[in-house]
Amino acid sequence: MLTKTQLIYRHALPIRLTHWINVLCLIFLLMSGLQIFNAHPELYFGNRSDPDRSVLALDARQEPDGSIKGVTRIGNRSFDTTGVLGASRGANGDLEARGFPSWITIPSYRDLATGRRWHFFFAWLFVLNGLVYLAYSIASGHIRRDLIPGWTQIKGIGHDIYQHIRLRFPQGEEARHYNVLQKLAYLAVVLGLLPLVVLTGLTMSPAIDAAFPFLLDIFGGRQSARTIHFLCAWGIVLFVIVHVVMVLISGVWNNLRSMITGRYRISEAANEP
Amino acid sequence: MNRSSSIDRRGFLQRASALTGTLLVGGCDQLSESPSFKDVLSRAESVTKGAQRLILSGKPLAPEYSEHELSKVFKANGSTDVDDPAYQKLASENFANWRLKVDGLVESPAEISLAELKSMPARTQITRHDCVEGWSAIGKWKGVPLSALLGQARLKPEARYLVFHCADTLEPNAPYYESIDLIDAFHPQTILAYEMNDQPLAIPHGAPLRLRVERQLGYKHAKYVMRIEAVESFASLGGGKGGFWEDRGYEWYAGI
Repeated sequence: MLTKTQLIYRHALPIRLTHWINVLCLIFLLMSGLQIFNAHPELYFGNRSDPDRSVLALDARQEPDGSIKGVTRIGNRSFDTTGVLGASRGANGDLEARGFPSWITIPSYRDLATGRRWHFFFAWLFVLNGLVYLAYSIASGHIRRDLIPGWTQIKGIGHDIYQHIRLRFPQGEEARHYNVLQKLAYLAVVLGLLPLVVLTGLTMSPAIDAAFPFLLDIFGGRQSARTIHFLCAWGIVLFVIVHVVMVLISGVWNNLRSMITGRYRISEAANEP
Repeated sequence: MNRSSSIDRRGFLQRASALTGTLLVGGCDQLSESPSFKDVLSRAESVTKGAQRLILSGKPLAPEYSEHELSKVFKANGSTDVDDPAYQKLASENFANWRLKVDGLVESPAEISLAELKSMPARTQITRHDCVEGWSAIGKWKGVPLSALLGQARLKPEARYLVFHCADTLEPNAPYYESIDLIDAFHPQTILAYEMNDQPLAIPHGAPLRLRVERQLGYKHAKYVMRIEAVESFASLGGGKGGFWEDRGYEWYAGI
């Protein structure tokens, strides 16, 4: 059966541009952030980092035979994560104490000062890019029109979840708009996770804490902010994994083209049953 | 046929992603070592400093905490002792013969004993110490506001920075030093502390005197302070970046 298709203009230039700048920033922020984390690979709640009160620790333990073991501790539970977390192979191939492995940090070797330089440079770019995105999205009606789901859409969420589980995605007229799960996921990231990662990052700054001490109250202390910042980072990674998988299985070239040229191919409504 | 091509494809994808990863990390390492790229990255520091100075223009105080929030263990980081025999001798005499030198671009240079410092009006503050590594500890500090000392020494108009020369060396032939500008020097919480948690400052924490410059990270809080020098520029000192860690790539402005 021949299906007539048409190209629709789906993503405006500012959205496409800020999307790809965001991709660049998030990659460098994650990798330099893990370099910074490695300088003290433990997390706490509250204002202090009391040595016996960490909620997560990536430790290296010396075994009786002299070898090193990587141990990840979450609360009271410990896991052997040698080779990946706590202890992994350095440039010379030997196991060494290291929170996250070198292939996921910038620089690959231990260099907190340079990791910070990368992190703060791309943090500024990320924030400015995010502000451009928000300003455009609010002014153009993108958030209201394309991201906030309508009442009928919300009522149909059960059906949407069912269709997603069967890996069936909207076709034809319905594909002109984001589906309700997409809308909610994007809203949660754009207005939730990303602002939260910025605010918890700022709360770690002693100067920001002097100017805006309420941030410490909101997040429950500087070390809590650091823990939430870390969780946000992995929350973003989780979103990106799901996002990329959905792009891959719902038409990779069509999706990619729409985020590069703006044009998205849909089948004609007339051919829909 | 189908099967082998899917294996081929999987192998290709695996190789491609491994290659991308290697290129990314390798490329970032190369960029990290390129002085001109580092200069680009470092421009963010002046933006951060400008933005933070703007929001700090009302001179807010760093948060202060209560006694029950004190850290039971306050980690002593960096130098925890000083090898210099002259310092060792001063320490063995309980710093009775120690003198803080205040000089450089000041109208009246001075040498001040610990007893004299302790007789000056003091400020006590319970603050959070944030290490660049990521940990935090809360301690109680008592000391002389730096502004009081500068009031006595009277800065010359050209003075723009205060350099803290320390007795400790974290690397051979590289004495620790730090510098702050006048905005931080005259902040009410910037003190020269001689007491920590109601005890004379212990050697691991920088006895007999350390700088507290709240609102900045731990490495700015110079320990074992021997001399305060008012300067117009710190370019000719150490590696020229204004501090021991700054000479090793860390930001001079450590508000974040």
